[in-house]
Amino acid sequence: MQTLNNLFLIIAHFIRSLFADPQSVWANLTMDVINFIIVVVIIVLAALILILLERKVAGWTSMRTGPNRLGPRGWFQTIADALKLMGKEDVTPAGADKIIFKIAPMIIFSLPMMTLAVIPYGNHMAPIDLDLGIFYFLAVSAISTLAFLMAGWGSNNKYSLLGGMRAVAQMISYEIPLLFSLLGVIMITQSFNLGDIVKAQHTIPFIVLQPLAFVIYIIAGIAEVNRAPFDLVEADQEVVAGPFTEYTGLRWGLFFLGEYGNMTAVSALAATVFLGGWQGPFLPGWVWFWMKVGVIIFFMMWVRWTFPRIRVDHLMHLAWKVLLPLSILNIFLTGLGIFIYRLVMGG
Amino acid sequence: MGTIVFFIFAILAIAAAWGVVTSRNIVHSAFYLALSFSGVAVLYVLMNADFLAAVQLLVYTGAVSIMVVFAVMLTLRGEVSDSNPENRKWGWGAFISVLLFAVIALVVLTNPDWRILPSAWTSGGSAEDMSLLLLSQFMIPFEAAAVLLTVALAGAVILAKGVKENK
Repeated sequence: MQTLNNLFLIIAHFIRSLFADPQSVWANLTMDVINFIIVVVIIVLAALILILLERKVAGWTSMRTGPNRLGPRGWFQTIADALKLMGKEDVTPAGADKIIFKIAPMIIFSLPMMTLAVIPYGNHMAPIDLDLGIFYFLAVSAISTLAFLMAGWGSNNKYSLLGGMRAVAQMISYEIPLLFSLLGVIMITQSFNLGDIVKAQHTIPFIVLQPLAFVIYIIAGIAEVNRAPFDLVEADQEVVAGPFTEYTGLRWGLFFLGEYGNMTAVSALAATVFLGGWQGPFLPGWVWFWMKVGVIIFFMMWVRWTFPRIRVDHLMHLAWKVLLPLSILNIFLTGLGIFIYRLVMGG
Repeated sequence: MGTIVFFIFAILAIAAAWGVVTSRNIVHSAFYLALSFSGVAVLYVLMNADFLAAVQLLVYTGAVSIMVVFAVMLTLRGEVSDSNPENRKWGWGAFISVLLFAVIALVVLTNPDWRILPSAWTSGGSAEDMSLLLLSQFMIPFEAAAVLLTVALAGAVILAKGVKENK
C-alpha cells in the first residue's frame, strides 16, 4: 500500500541513485527534464482522453450515442482525428501578420506546461515545489489572454479580431473574481505553496469551509478557459471560430491541446485548493488526485452541454456585479471567521 | 549558470525594448513591450524577488500590455505597416534617455546595499515581508496609491458614461 502510494517517488529516487552524487547538478537537470516530459505527456494524454470524453458526455446529455465506430465503443476515434490533423496542410493566410500568427499557438500550448508543473500530484510529487505556487499559477495563466489577442490580430480576419477582443474583455473580467476567490484559502493557510495548502486540508477539505469561494472559482474558471456557457470567444454562430478561424492542421491542434491542457490545469488547481488534492483514504494519493480532477472535468463538460451561451452584456454583468462583490464578501467573511476562531481558541 | 541566464534574458529584454521603439508597426511595438516585460520578470527571479516577478507577469505582461495592445488596435487608422512613424528629433530623445540613465545609475551605484542578496529575503517568502512593510512602515504611500487608483477608476467611469448636465 505504502509502496504503491510512493511508487513515483521510489522511481525518482532510483533514477537519482544512478548518478555518482544523487544531489548533483546533472541529477537535478535529469530529473527536471523527466518532469518536463511527464507534464507534456499529461497534457497530450489529457487532450486525447478528454476530447473523446467530451463527445461521449455530449452524446449522453443529448441522449445520443456519440462516437461509436472506431475501436471498442468508439474509443479510438480521437487517435484517428489526431492522425488526420497531422496530415493536413499548414496554411498561412496571405495577409496574415506571419510571425505573430505562428507564435500564438505555441504560447497557448506552453502555458499549461508551465502551470501544471507546480501542481502536487501526490505527497511530495510536485514537479516543481514552488513557494509562490498558487500566485505563479495565476500569473502565468493571465498571459493566455495575450496569446488569444495575438492569434486574433495575426490572422488578419475580422472574425478572428472580434474573437480576440472578446477574449480580452472576458478574461480580464473573470480573472479578478478567480483571484479573489482563492484569497480566502490563502488567508486560512497563510501560504502560497500548493503543497502546504493540500497538507492543511488533512482533516477537512476547504470546499466545506469556503463553499462560496468554490462556486465562484468554478464559474470564473469555466469562463477563464472559454468553455460554454462562456464560449463567446469562439462562438461559432457569431464569429465563425473566433481567433482559431484561420488556423489549420497542427497549429489548430496546438490550440486544441492548449485548451484542454488549460482545462486540466484549472480543474487540477480546484482539486488541489478546494477538494484536498491527493488526500484520501485507502487508495494511493495520485489516484485520489486524478479522481477529483476527473469529477471537476466531468462537471465542466456537463455544464457545457446543458446551458446555452450567455450574451456579452450578461457575461460582464455577472462578472462585475455578481461574482466580484460576492468574492469580496467571501474575503470579508473569511477574515471575520479567522478572527472569531482565534478569539474562541485563544490563539 | 545564473550569469548565462541573466545575459540571455537581459539581452532579450533590451532587444525587445529596442523593438518597441524602432518597429514601424505599432501593434508589433505593443507585443514587443509584452516580451520586454516578461524578460524583466525573469531578471527579478534571478534577484531572488520571486513575488515581484509573479506580480510583473500578472500585472504588466498579463494586464498592462494587453490594455496597450487593445487601445492601439481600437485607435488604429490608416495603413498598419506605417503606423509608428519616425521623426527627426531622435537626437533630443537620445540626450534625455542618456540623462535619465545617468541619474538612475548614479542613485543605484551610490546606494551601498544595492547588491543582490545571496538568498531569498526570509525563509517565509518575500511576500510576507512585503505585506508587513506595506501595512506598517509604508502605510501612507500604500493608501495614497489606493486612493489614486480609485480616483482614476471613478474618472474613467465618468469619462465613459458622461455626467448629466444641470439645466
